[in-house]
Amino acid sequence: MRFLGYAIRRLLWVIPVLLGVTLITFLLTRVLPGNPIDRVAGPFASAEQKAEMMREARLDLPVIQQFSLYVRDLVVHGDLGVSYSTARPVAQDLWERLPISLELTTLGMLLAIVLALPLGIASAVAKDTWVDQLGRVVSVIGVSMPIFWLGLILLQVFFVKLGVAPAPLGRLATSLIEPERITGWLLIDSALVGDWAVFRSAAAHLALPVVIVAFTALAPLARMTRSSMIDALESDYIRTARALGLPTRVIIFQHALKNALIPILTMIAGVFGYALGGEVLVELVFAWPGLGTYSYNAILASDFPAIQGFILLITLFYVLIYLVVDLLIAAIDPRVEYA
Amino acid sequence: MSNFNTLPAAALVDGDDAAPQGARLADAWWTLRHNFTSMIGLVLLTIILLAALLAPLIAPYDPYELDLARATLPPNSSHWFGTDQFGHDIFSRVLYGARLDLLIALASVAVSAVIGSVIGGVSGYVGRFVDEATMRLMDMLQAFPRFIFAMGIAFALGPGLLTVIVATAALNIPGYARLMRNLILSLKQTQYAMSAVAIGNSGPRVLFRHLFPNALAPILVTSTLQSGWAILEAAGLSFIGLGVAVPTAEWGVMIAMGLQEFLQGHWWVYTFPGLAIGVTVLAFNLIGDGLQDLLDPRRTP
Repeated sequence: MRFLGYAIRRLLWVIPVLLGVTLITFLLTRVLPGNPIDRVAGPFASAEQKAEMMREARLDLPVIQQFSLYVRDLVVHGDLGVSYSTARPVAQDLWERLPISLELTTLGMLLAIVLALPLGIASAVAKDTWVDQLGRVVSVIGVSMPIFWLGLILLQVFFVKLGVAPAPLGRLATSLIEPERITGWLLIDSALVGDWAVFRSAAAHLALPVVIVAFTALAPLARMTRSSMIDALESDYIRTARALGLPTRVIIFQHALKNALIPILTMIAGVFGYALGGEVLVELVFAWPGLGTYSYNAILASDFPAIQGFILLITLFYVLIYLVVDLLIAAIDPRVEYA
Repeated sequence: MSNFNTLPAAALVDGDDAAPQGARLADAWWTLRHNFTSMIGLVLLTIILLAALLAPLIAPYDPYELDLARATLPPNSSHWFGTDQFGHDIFSRVLYGARLDLLIALASVAVSAVIGSVIGGVSGYVGRFVDEATMRLMDMLQAFPRFIFAMGIAFALGPGLLTVIVATAALNIPGYARLMRNLILSLKQTQYAMSAVAIGNSGPRVLFRHLFPNALAPILVTSTLQSGWAILEAAGLSFIGLGVAVPTAEWGVMIAMGLQEFLQGHWWVYTFPGLAIGVTVLAFNLIGDGLQDLLDPRRTP
């Protein structure tokens, strides 16, 4: 019961955060230069037509009134407005692009976790030896390289030189037709309908960007794993377990790792949210038609509804993933107080 | 990711009063000398700083000298890093780029550290609803996707050097504010802070003259790490055309110029500026890492 109360309180806190973020985005987009209507209307529109478009986009109203109408539409109809540049509902645009980015980010995160956990655990167990130093150097190099440059280097090697990677022009070879959307994840959708040509092409296109996402996420995860494993290994219960003569394997994986897992989970949530929001550069290098490319185009076009929708979606994702992790932790860790 | 949440504020106030500043600097030097990876960082940064300062003396060519007759030459004995599509000597441009990128990093970090520290310091010192309101605002600013936020600011201001500095600085203000606020919250409880208040010092005087100097060490450590981030983000902005304009000798711009040469296999155009970014950021990260260990109260020197 106390857990349920905690969950509800955490869930309710999401609302003011989203409102605040929307308001700030609203104010910030209004300082972007250029009148977006001029761009949409083109050079031949008359003054009346432009005024009419301004009214339709509600840009003639005071900002605070625009904001309240935006929130009303969002809450009552789930409507995020119409994009100035694609002329389609923003909600629909985002809905189509979200799985495209999620597929890339999730696979990258999974690869990063699979590599970071062993690396972090090995560094902690062999603390201050060459293994630890090596792990540290690999992690630091991972966060020091510009990701867009890393993308170019990988493409240079695997696409230009060796010719094993496909051209960085999206998520599928142009000769292939995308299967009908079921989940929006190309790998899953093509596997479900048994279209293996699409599956292979999608996997080939995913490989390099996934490696890059993983490489940048690897460092913070490995370091958090290392430091929380060191904390766990130096604790009294581990000394007791050692004194009792338990095998090292059991001590590391069953006793220490279990206790070290909580900060690692929190870190995963943070890195995941950061990766999804910060994927612009990777998406631009690989012409990936996801949220990153969408947000880039939206900013360059002063496309207010698209920018607002994107920021709202990313924030919602961020808040929700933290919420899930916090609830998970509260559920598995008896020490958490529901304050 | 930013590095603000990893610094233990308690490190400063483990005793009743913080250690004298001199001892702390000696401590920092000790750590750097005895930490192999930090030492590498320090050596690298020194080399890069020298390259930046001495660029006019070392650079064999003018970084802006156009000569289409020698366009996109691969690395050779007269052009160590080759030339780009305008015939610029890339080695010279990488050297001059160090000046610009280090300037961006230092200016951006200085601006955000000062503004963020003042906001956070006042917030922590005044406390109550001022603190609550400020911190909730910082929460919301930090909820924004970092790079998107920078893109928006950069686009609003238009391309240019100042834009890059402002955009990368704005990202870090909430982080510094939060860090300084937490430091001040604990420093405010120290004996000397209470004594300073008791003998009648004004609030601003206690905050700026007595508390700030003692919060300096963690701010400096964070700033080392943030300098690396600022370079990466500035280069990213320039790469997508929202930062410094082509054909400035800036590393991000140079990579962007290499993008056009990418399909022809002219790898040297973007590889060397990218390496320069990587090595510089690596140097900052290695030093920052070592200093961070120094502030960890559990360290065993």
